Amino acid sequence: MIQDLVIYAVYIGYALGLLLTFGTVLTWVERKQAAIMSDRIGANRAYVRIPFTQVKLVWLGLFHGLADGLKMMLKEDFRPRSHDRVAYALAPWLAFAPVLLVFAVIPFGGTLVPARLVPALSEWFGDRTYAMQIARLDAGLLIVFAFGGVGIIGTMLAGWSSSNKFSLLGALRAGSQMISYELIMGLTVLGLILIYGTLDLTSMVEQQSGTVLGCLPAWGIVYQPFAAILFLTAAIAENKRIPFDLPEAESELIAGYFTEYSAMKMGLFMFAEFIEIAIIAALFTTLFLGGYNLPYLTDSGFVFPGNHAVDLPHAAVVVIQLLTFLVKVFVMCSFQILVRWTLPRFRWDQVLRFAWKFMFPLALINLAVTAVAVWALQSVTA
Amino acid sequence: MSRKPYKRKQYWNEPAMTWWERAYLFEIVRGLSITGGVFLRNMWRWISGRKGALTIYYPEETRADYATHNRGKHILTQRPDGSPQCIACNMCATVCPAVCIEIDAAFDPEDAAHPKYPARFEIDYSRCIFCGLCVEACPEDAIRMVKEVPGLPLYDRGDMWLRKDELLSWHPQRDVAKPYPARERRPIGGSA
Repeated sequence: MIQDLVIYAVYIGYALGLLLTFGTVLTWVERKQAAIMSDRIGANRAYVRIPFTQVKLVWLGLFHGLADGLKMMLKEDFRPRSHDRVAYALAPWLAFAPVLLVFAVIPFGGTLVPARLVPALSEWFGDRTYAMQIARLDAGLLIVFAFGGVGIIGTMLAGWSSSNKFSLLGALRAGSQMISYELIMGLTVLGLILIYGTLDLTSMVEQQSGTVLGCLPAWGIVYQPFAAILFLTAAIAENKRIPFDLPEAESELIAGYFTEYSAMKMGLFMFAEFIEIAIIAALFTTLFLGGYNLPYLTDSGFVFPGNHAVDLPHAAVVVIQLLTFLVKVFVMCSFQILVRWTLPRFRWDQVLRFAWKFMFPLALINLAVTAVAVWALQSVTA
Repeated sequence: MSRKPYKRKQYWNEPAMTWWERAYLFEIVRGLSITGGVFLRNMWRWISGRKGALTIYYPEETRADYATHNRGKHILTQRPDGSPQCIACNMCATVCPAVCIEIDAAFDPEDAAHPKYPARFEIDYSRCIFCGLCVEACPEDAIRMVKEVPGLPLYDRGDMWLRKDELLSWHPQRDVAKPYPARERRPIGGSA
């Protein structure tokens, strides 16, 4: 029992550290990637001077994130005179917390055997094994959508409680947009549920190990390429980023639903958005890119076709799986930033038309085709 | 009698997109590949130790391609003996619209040809607008502007004064545009 607590405490620490690090580092990545995409250098002036010396550490501008954080902490927490006290204080947390909670059901590694990892503790741990995931739930995917839905409440509360017309407009836009695109997200994932026959993210990832047709990795994106594109689009719309950043369109609504927020409360909204980039990337990785799976990597080591096996120690396998997951997540984050700095913003009617007249039918067609294909395959094999 | 139906004149162009462009997805992929290609190209340049940006990293770097007639930093031309050609007539300070030139004139009895010289000649670059009127006004061709820009980014306004020794740091020996005939120095009242 105590062993379980220790392991899950480690997992929770890892997940929190991972998400907060991603949230901080992504602000830097976004700046730098945008700069490099447009032939610029990017933010690189902030430095930390080692005390009593003239050595200035610049580190490619990584300290700009630190400077931003400090600024947000130290700024005046300005509130509008007629705001709703409770809702105004609650809203940033309601927007921030669900984003963190989603990660609880996402598997970030394979199976961990603590006894083999730390031989000194092998007696204490016995033959317990743990899937590297904070909470293994049968309804994992439903939990993801449930917490995704809670995020809307924070946004709507923020817009309503700040008693500002721009905020309210932004919140209304956010509400309708997020509800529309959540539907599409759910529909695209239904195809995957049909194929894998489960809502449990861990078993979904396990089914994505191995290869199809001998060469392609058996990832979700190979079975469901259309669903992958639709899911990513809907997820970016959920996160309210360009080209779907109508709720916070600067040129129309100042800053949208968090216009009246300042200091760290505004920082929480920004931070939630950046962490959600990582969450979307992690979710996409889990559903469509095989999670922590590398082709030919099993729990005992690499097994290449033709019975060429390379045995690896358990620790190496665990580290490779963790790193694989992180690299995939990072690539997907980078792709989202690429999208954000490439596409122009939609008009408001275009956003909803795009959802209901373009993506919704496509998602339905994808679901129908998948259902027919699965039924045909089952009747062939049966 | 048939009338042609009234047709409102259109002052805009109808968007002319092909069905391929209307499908949107393919054009998105094209745009993403363009920006992604630029990103990868620049990233490869940075990784392989070159510069992947068009930015001039001012003030650590200054551009080499200023126009030859760029109005940059001021200089005071010198006589062959190194004394400033300026006669402290104050015409540049008078014409200066930003009032940023300060001159203290002094008397040099040793030099009969140019007894008046600037003891202090300072330009406040926090106010200078680089209009070049001082150069136009100078009767002695004593003040000029070179194409290189002054190192302006500083933390203290007081540091932005360009003083006489810095103005005299220009070496006229290298200037082929204007020859400097040697002229002897003689004191006032002395015989030549």
